[in-house]
Amino acid sequence: MPYRILVVDDEPDLEPLMLQRMRRQIRAGRYEFVFAGNGVEALEKLAADDTIDMVLSDINMPQMDGLTLLEQIPDVNPNLRAVIISAYGDMQNIRTAMNRGAFDFVTKPVDFDDLQVTVDRTLKHIEEWRAALDSRDKLVALQNELDVASKMQQSILPTAFPRSGDYETFGTMHPALDVGGDFFDVVRLQEGWIGLAIADVSGKGVPAALFMMSSRTLLKGTAISYNDPGTVLSEVNGLLQEDETDGMFVTMLYAVYNPETGAFTYASGGHDAPLLVRADGSSELLSLTGGIALGVLPGFDYQQTTYHLEPGDTIVLYTDGVTEAMNHDNRLFGITGLQEYFAAAPPSDAESTGMRVMEAVASFAGDAPQSDDITCLTLRRS
Amino acid sequence: MEINTEKDGGTVVATPTGRLDGSNAREFQDALDSVVQDTERALILDFEQVSYISSAGLRVLLVTAKTLQGNGAELALCSLDDPIREVFGISGFDSIIPIHSSRAEAIAAVQG
Repeated sequence: MPYRILVVDDEPDLEPLMLQRMRRQIRAGRYEFVFAGNGVEALEKLAADDTIDMVLSDINMPQMDGLTLLEQIPDVNPNLRAVIISAYGDMQNIRTAMNRGAFDFVTKPVDFDDLQVTVDRTLKHIEEWRAALDSRDKLVALQNELDVASKMQQSILPTAFPRSGDYETFGTMHPALDVGGDFFDVVRLQEGWIGLAIADVSGKGVPAALFMMSSRTLLKGTAISYNDPGTVLSEVNGLLQEDETDGMFVTMLYAVYNPETGAFTYASGGHDAPLLVRADGSSELLSLTGGIALGVLPGFDYQQTTYHLEPGDTIVLYTDGVTEAMNHDNRLFGITGLQEYFAAAPPSDAESTGMRVMEAVASFAGDAPQSDDITCLTLRRS
Repeated sequence: MEINTEKDGGTVVATPTGRLDGSNAREFQDALDSVVQDTERALILDFEQVSYISSAGLRVLLVTAKTLQGNGAELALCSLDDPIREVFGISGFDSIIPIHSSRAEAIAAVQG
């Protein structure tokens, strides 16, 4: 595509001269010229033809001069660039033109070699400017997508947490800038039981957020139908396979707690093991149940296991954003970081335990960048 | 992402390096896609020089395993260090992708 250049001059001689001196560029398909006799005509042509790339304008013209035209151009198209042709030595007008946004100037009598250098330089600038605009647009689009995904993620997190005289629950998440895919949920089941889920979706952006929404919806629907966490995960896994998942999967730990007996029954779908923290701050990782992440293997039969909580015991569920938080020395916080933390400061209640886990991770990481969501869900038997 | 590959009959051994996470998952995927096209029988990923893998990296492996399966080929891993081996254990991915301790063992397994 040739560059289209609008030449504005009231001297009729300029048109044939320009076409003659620039004939090589025209024949090579680099330049194409459009002509106007004054500023008014130039604005009409610009308004009618949005393929013009740059303007080359004289200053002194009837009806509308070049300096007035310069002021009008940004209203028509802010991405156009103008080069002014002025009388030799007319520094005052040149200064005015530059102050009004002219990109460059040439002087009369026109030296066509110099003009060509000036035009090429202007066109190069226009190309760079367009490339910058293009990447800015892409960045804005990406940012919008991340905003949408982040809002979806925030919207599915519960804000109220079940509690009674026998137990307390609490959940919190610190999202990564880049949007990870963590979520958690606490649901009330029949007979005063409660279901607790924590999950991490692979992938980013809107597709991952949609996958997160459907995982969470399927989980919520299934949780109220079955009391066995293993069955719930098997069902959710089966339902997830029915959609096109594009290789996305979700690691999920789902547990059912019976406040009367303290029985904490859980099943893991490729998720990190629950951490049991006792009232004295000692802790241990509960055993995993050998399940694979959901959305990977159709028909997988998820197993479950039960641990009985004593009064004062706290279960800490977390995502890898906690254990894989990294500090400036590229050291991982790890599960031992969490265990050492509780040994020094035994948990008091579910909410402060959750909040303090977040603080401990934050103080470990310092100002090292957070690459993943950091999520923590706690259950304490009173 | 540069992935060094060696071909031995229908088996390709590829050696990714560094971290495999959300920041380079796309490049990792693109690099593996071209390796997959060259793979007739099996693709072995030697993890000797991989320092970390996140769920985004696991997803790339899952997509790759499925593509290979569709082509009648298979995926295997070898030489994982302990923390990475643990990630495969926790996520359960070791039940769908065979993991071998050394490259020789992996080659013997896929060619056996």
